[in-house]
Amino acid sequence: MKRHGWIWRVWLGLLLGLALAGTALAAEPIKIGVLGPMAFTQGEGHWNGASMAAEEINAAGGVKVGGVNRPIELVKVDTNEFLSIPDATNAAEMAISRHKVDFLVGGFRTEAVLVMQDIAMDAKKVFIGCGAAHPELCTRVTKDYDRYKYWFRLTPINSTYLGKVDFILLGTVAAIMKQTLGLEKLKVAIIAEKASWADPIVKAAETMLPEKMGMEVVGTWRPSPVAKDCTAELSAIQRAGAHIVFTTFSSSVGLTFAKQWGELKVPAAAVGINVESQKSGFWEATSGKGEYTLTVNTYARVKITDKTIPFYDKYLKLYKEAPNYTSGTYDALYILKEAVEKAGTTDSDKVVAQIEKHDGIGTAGREVFDKSHDITWAPGYVTSIGSQWQDGQMVCVWPINWEGVTYEGAVPYKLPPWVVEHWKK
Amino acid sequence: MLLDIVIDGLIKGSVYALLAIGFSLVLGVARIINIAHTALYMTAAYLIYIGAKPLGLSPLVAMLAAVGLTVLLGLVVYRLFIQPIQEHEAAVLIATIAVAMMLQEVFLMAFGGHYLGVPPLVDGFAVIFGVKVTFQHLLALGLALLMLLAVRVFLMKTRLGLAIRATAQDREVANLMGMNVTRVAMTTVAISVGLAAVTGAIVVPLVTVEPTMWMHPLIMMLAIVVLGGLGSIEGSFVGAFLLGFAESLVVFLVPMGAFLKDSVALSIMILVLLIRPEGLFGVSFEEER
Repeated sequence: MKRHGWIWRVWLGLLLGLALAGTALAAEPIKIGVLGPMAFTQGEGHWNGASMAAEEINAAGGVKVGGVNRPIELVKVDTNEFLSIPDATNAAEMAISRHKVDFLVGGFRTEAVLVMQDIAMDAKKVFIGCGAAHPELCTRVTKDYDRYKYWFRLTPINSTYLGKVDFILLGTVAAIMKQTLGLEKLKVAIIAEKASWADPIVKAAETMLPEKMGMEVVGTWRPSPVAKDCTAELSAIQRAGAHIVFTTFSSSVGLTFAKQWGELKVPAAAVGINVESQKSGFWEATSGKGEYTLTVNTYARVKITDKTIPFYDKYLKLYKEAPNYTSGTYDALYILKEAVEKAGTTDSDKVVAQIEKHDGIGTAGREVFDKSHDITWAPGYVTSIGSQWQDGQMVCVWPINWEGVTYEGAVPYKLPPWVVEHWKK
Repeated sequence: MLLDIVIDGLIKGSVYALLAIGFSLVLGVARIINIAHTALYMTAAYLIYIGAKPLGLSPLVAMLAAVGLTVLLGLVVYRLFIQPIQEHEAAVLIATIAVAMMLQEVFLMAFGGHYLGVPPLVDGFAVIFGVKVTFQHLLALGLALLMLLAVRVFLMKTRLGLAIRATAQDREVANLMGMNVTRVAMTTVAISVGLAAVTGAIVVPLVTVEPTMWMHPLIMMLAIVVLGGLGSIEGSFVGAFLLGFAESLVVFLVPMGAFLKDSVALSIMILVLLIRPEGLFGVSFEEER
């Protein structure tokens, strides 16, 4: 027996090898391409959100497809879309043709995502967008459903809805200023970076503020998205006697503006969209001068749903950074998991049919896609939030009693003390 | 509004002047078109960030250390990349572009595309004729004036300054007269990079530290230097303030076109060149040839 011990060992080895090979075959991973500018905060958000979800899903046994548990394998695709749109198209092509991904999530700049969307649609790959806000991305679905049905937008809400939240925040601050400071007719300065996504918001503001909100527009300033200095604009805004400065920024100018606004203590409350102020690093980058900046946002440490705070805390612990709207890839992976499990296959058409039926609670609200495959914005669904920097913390200040919605953990908005001091009668 | 424009223009101009003086010095004296000048200014900014934030040094210590390290780096760059090809101006130009791009990629790899910031040396603001100006901006204005004066005194009143001017006039004759032209060139580069680093130290609390922060100042600085006259320090100083005023005028008079302020400033440069090709204080190109 001892003489033939090696034969047994060979047999055992072969059997073990076959068993392992069988498991590997059965557990062929589902490949998901994460598209984003990976050297920048937005790309990090894409990757971190997706990584966190993939680790959780894999730890829980993976995605059950036709009785087989398949793990998720993420493919990091650096689109470099901040600096080069062609880089983004090459990256999307490479993800599909070379890495053979099953699904795509992410994308940030509308100009880049429009092209990447076409590449994904050509290959019939389901692509859940987590970053670009332009309505056109979803309008394409209604215009040519058969071609664009593989596209869904999860985060952020589209720019039309962003505009609505923007005006709601403006109205909220205006009401507080009237009540607290005894002001009658408020003067508003509009400042928006010169970018196409900001044009409709500026146009709407110039019409809506005087006609529907009873405010006076004292001027509109359009600095470059990458302006390194806003002191002239701020001096002019102060000279114009504005009570509120209505901001629309998605680029680095938002940081410059907030820093100098706080440094110079310009007596006009800053309200609107300032993407830079959605980041954890905002406080440090502005040396605290950006305090009291109010922006439309997707996440803060507030109970939007039961999942939000655990997600926020775990994300912060793992990555030392608060999640931003590109971290919506976390929910995107769970939506894909559910759709694949229900479809029992990774076949794109069948997965699309399941995502269209999706109605689930995510980290940013109740997630349901409309006919254009855009995320539904409404009370009780995804609403977005208003976040303000208060004493080094990014806190949720809206919604509070808006259409019956109040998120647990939301705190009242605070007017900058120098604004109160300047205008108090 | 006029006061706003004047004060804002002065402040903007002082920041540009600080950058342009160092660039002009090395161009006028050593005939080196150092495109990496603003990349070295960015290096100083990053080093100050590293010193003040991750290392927790006091901002002043971080700034002094950053200036020293940047000068050292500038000298290494000069010895490795510029000195061997110094006689070929086009090659120097390309080499310095490569150095600038290299520094950008190094910082992009090390810090990502994150926007970083450091606290100002002097917090708060002053109100001058009803216009709010931060103390840090006033410091930049004061320093720009001081730098111009210091560079002028150094070049005109010291032996080394005399040697630098002599080398600039005729390198070969200066060499024959017993001057160590290599050392003179090294000194000039060290002073120029030092000025870029000091500018970084003063300006860094006013701007956002990120890997492409060197590009915009480079364009403005080149415009200023061409406008003022290639290599003319006084010309750079005047050019900086002219473009500063032009930018302020645009923001105040055409708020909707505030994004055009750089374009307007550059258009002024082209206009001046059409009327006076040698720039405001420079010798004409033909004459130089």
